[in-house]
Amino acid sequence: MELSLLIQKLGEGLLVSIAIFTLTLIFSLPLGLLVAFGRMSKNIILRNIVKFYISIMRGTPLMLQLMVVYFGPYYLFGIRLTHGYRFVAAIIGFVLNYAAYFAEIYRGGIESMPIGQYEAAKLLGYSKTQTFFRIILPQVIKRILPAVTNEVITLVKDTSLAFVISVMEMFAIAKAIAAAQTNMMPFIVAGIFYYIFNYVVAFASEALEKRFSYYE
Amino acid sequence: MKILEIKHLKKSFDGLPVLKDISLSVEEGQVIGVIGPSGSGKSTLLRCATMLETIDSGELIYLGEHAATTGENGQAVYAPAPKLQKIQRYFGLVFQNFNLFPHFSVIKNVTDALITVQKKDKAEALAIGRELLAKMGLADKENAYPYQLSGGQQQRVSIARALALNPKILFFDEPTSALDPELTGEILKVMRQLAAEKMTMVIVTHEMSFARDVADHIIFMDDGVIVEEGPPEVVIDNPQNERTRAFLKRFEN
Repeated sequence: MELSLLIQKLGEGLLVSIAIFTLTLIFSLPLGLLVAFGRMSKNIILRNIVKFYISIMRGTPLMLQLMVVYFGPYYLFGIRLTHGYRFVAAIIGFVLNYAAYFAEIYRGGIESMPIGQYEAAKLLGYSKTQTFFRIILPQVIKRILPAVTNEVITLVKDTSLAFVISVMEMFAIAKAIAAAQTNMMPFIVAGIFYYIFNYVVAFASEALEKRFSYYE
Repeated sequence: MKILEIKHLKKSFDGLPVLKDISLSVEEGQVIGVIGPSGSGKSTLLRCATMLETIDSGELIYLGEHAATTGENGQAVYAPAPKLQKIQRYFGLVFQNFNLFPHFSVIKNVTDALITVQKKDKAEALAIGRELLAKMGLADKENAYPYQLSGGQQQRVSIARALALNPKILFFDEPTSALDPELTGEILKVMRQLAAEKMTMVIVTHEMSFARDVADHIIFMDDGVIVEEGPPEVVIDNPQNERTRAFLKRFEN
């Protein structure tokens, strides 16, 4: 296969990988905050349910989770799903998994905030919501940025796991072409694409960290 | 007029009594110095008065309005949230370790609550903030961030932040304890100025000479009770109680 054709095919796959990546972040970053609130809730039942959810997400392979989300509705309930469900299943699987990881990062950041910040805000009359969004969260974001970047970089590579439920993202395509042509080239080109993808992510994260560096 | 009245306040932590039946009142314009050994309950008293801690029983009254009363079962009952919010605006607190918001500039630290909480318009808040910073000798620092300031400057910003909300009474929790000795002077100077302007203040402090200078009423606490109180010339210079004498002896020389 011509290199240009290979790049074009893998490029199409890369767009799917980027779609998985973007949608996962859009949903899992805010969902993670809700999960973190549940994990820190005073309600012991809610707290334990969330704790259990996080332990399952962190304690089992993401690949297995994707399989469960994709095959579960049919195996468990006999629901026939359309072909398009593959992609939806991948997003659901990734979002549920990454929200759990983000939640623990948020929790660490929130719990690291000194109590004095809450007390000062209370004395000045800020409501609980104002305190969280104006005083606490901006500082938490700065603190957790390196840890979040780590997860986001892992996510770039984890998108390749969607191949197990036959989502035609870049890795699935590379694998198919390599097998058909007994050729290493597709893997090398895909590897370069993943690397560039992560280079951009790291660059963006560095720029973001710089934006938060105006205070200590 | 009584700005603050505390009656029979009791507070325990895990069954350990920290404040045992404290009663006091603060008149408008009065400056009260609270002294006593560490662990005597001074800071807890301040935290109870500013509602950072909930009291077990007793009454907490600001300008004649009850923030807390003792209910029929002997436990403290707090007023409903809207009333507490109103009472909250009567007082301010200056913390030992400042607790400035590190992500806000100096001027934003002082004005943000005016805009966000009190819904003042930006220009008005800015004018109030600038005036207070000038008064604190920090006019040139409004765009700095807290980490760029010395401890003394940070504490002056936090005083400006508390004053911006125009409280009826200002509490100070050992405002110079976190500072290098050479920086305490600038804070004491600012507080002296406030006292001269008849700002009502309750100051927990270890600075005996400052307490004698500025306060017109001294409360000596030990082991969760008020052991002795009165004008500084009596409590500090001529204490009647044995425990007060033993405590003050440590500050001689």
